[in-house]
This record gives sequence, structure tokens and C-alpha cells, in this order.
Amino acid sequence: MTWLLVLSLAGAAYLFKVTGLVIVGGRSLPAVVERCLALVPAALISALIVKDTVSVGDELVLDARLPGVLAAVLAARLRAPLIAVIVLGAAVTAAARAAGLD
Amino acid sequence: MPTPPDDRQVIAASVTLGAAVGVFAIAFGVGSVSAGASVAQTCVMSLLVFTGASQFLAVSVVSSGGSALSAFGGAVLLAARNAVYGLTMSRHLSGALPTRLVAAQITIDESTAMATAQPTPQQRRRAFWITGASVYVFWNIGTLIGALAGSAVDPEMFGLDAAFPAGFVAMVMPHLETARGRAAAATGALLCLVTVPILPIGLPILVASAGVLFGVRRP
Repeated sequence: MTWLLVLSLAGAAYLFKVTGLVIVGGRSLPAVVERCLALVPAALISALIVKDTVSVGDELVLDARLPGVLAAVLAARLRAPLIAVIVLGAAVTAAARAAGLD
Repeated sequence: MPTPPDDRQVIAASVTLGAAVGVFAIAFGVGSVSAGASVAQTCVMSLLVFTGASQFLAVSVVSSGGSALSAFGGAVLLAARNAVYGLTMSRHLSGALPTRLVAAQITIDESTAMATAQPTPQQRRRAFWITGASVYVFWNIGTLIGALAGSAVDPEMFGLDAAFPAGFVAMVMPHLETARGRAAAATGALLCLVTVPILPIGLPILVASAGVLFGVRRP
């Protein structure tokens, strides 16, 4: 992590917020652009789940994270609160690791 | 002047939401420090960037060894939705320019969602400020606690490496309620899985954004 990355991110994030709220104001974007932007979190967050669950660097690896994340999926489907989902995911992974799973 | 009952409801909901966000922020602080960021960088990120998913993405890509450029690219793609929230809120927040410049910083998922759930323009405005302020305070306190704790504990022993993806699972759920969202999510996940072994680290997340194109073609 570098300061350049931290500060560029801060600038970019604020620019988006200001663009919508102050610069563009009451006007609206083309419908197709709004539809695409609305789908970005679904695509990117799912990809992050895959990457953080079954990969290390550029290798696919199955380890104790998988049972933890599966438990989190189950908890989230049962509409458990955010805190419970995170704590359960971490606890199951810690338990699986303590039980000898890599 | 007594607090109107509607405000009390919003305040209670914002504080509950803030507390949940605070726990998530602790996970962020721990993860960020374990990924090699300093405590100061971690805290400045939460103070200035202040859009959770982008922060998590940047730290996650950097910790896997991805380049700063791919971390930046992915985080920016995720932050773009804040522009849409800004557009939504611009219809309700019509204060002086300095006020709106401050409002911009707290224009995020939670404040927009809470505001747009209110029935009257005045309640929307108040809900926006109360929720935004609550989340900002909790997010930054949580980040500091996590960053300080992260330097002291072994993240793997507590399964904290699973805290990121578990948090992402909870974050993605509301996006899976529509067929479009599910198509975008499934394609994004699959593209990432297939490209992790063959592309430079960090790029699979950017490639996954093509999932949007599969989602948007759905009726």
C-alpha cells in the first residue's frame, strides 16, 4: 500500500460523490448507464468473494477459508445481520484451521 | 426542543447500522494492516476515501500482490455508484455549496438507502445527515481499533482472512434479488475464477466487471 494509492483513491471517490451531488445536480444519466452502474457491485463483489476464498496470489487454493465462507453464505441467506455473518465466517475458518485443515 | 418521534426512529436505526458498520470497519482495519498498510494509511483511507467496498477491494488486491493500478481501477469502478447516489440525493439536498460539499463526502450506500426510505423531503434530508454522520463516526473508530489490533494479533489464527469474503457475502446479498443482479454476479464470479491462474494478480477483478454486460442484457 502506498500513499499515492491512498490519496488517488480519496480524490477519485470524492470526485464521484461531488459529480453526482453538486456538479450534475438534478439532471439524470442515460438509463443504460444507470443500469450498468447499479450492476457493478454484484459483479465485482462476487469476484472478490471468489478471489478471497479460493485463491492465494495467482493460484487456486482450497483451504480453511472455504468452510468459513460457505457458513457465511448460509447465514446471509437466513438474513443474519452483517456482524453475525462476518463473525461466523471467521469463527468457522478458525475452527477448521485449529482442526488441522490448512 | 424535544426530538420529533420520527427522528428518534431514524437515530435508533442509524446507530444500530453504525454499530454494524463499526464491526465491519474493525475487519477492514485488521485486513488493511495485515496487507502491509500502515496504521496511518489505513485510517487516512477511511477518513478520506470513505466508501467501504472500494477500500476493501483496494486492500484485497494489494494484499494478493496485485499492482497499485489494478487496485485503483477496481476501487474506482466500485466507487462510481456513489455518483448515482449523489444524483438521487441532489433532488433532496439543496443547501449552500459548502454544505453540499460536506454532504458529498457522506453520500454512500447507507445514507442514501436510509434517506430514500423516508416519506417526506424534510425527513429524507434529516435521515441522510443523521445516518451519514453515524456511519462516518463508527467507520473511522472501527478502522482505528482494527488497525491497532491488527498489528497485535495473528489474523489467520482467528480466521480473519475469512472475514473479508464473509463480509462481501453479506454485502452482495441485496444485489442478488433481481435476475439481472444474479446474472452479473454469477458471470463476475466465474470470470474471476477462470482468470485467476492466467492473468496478472488484480486483473481478474477488473475482468469480472464484464459481468455487468451479461446482467444488463437480461429483461
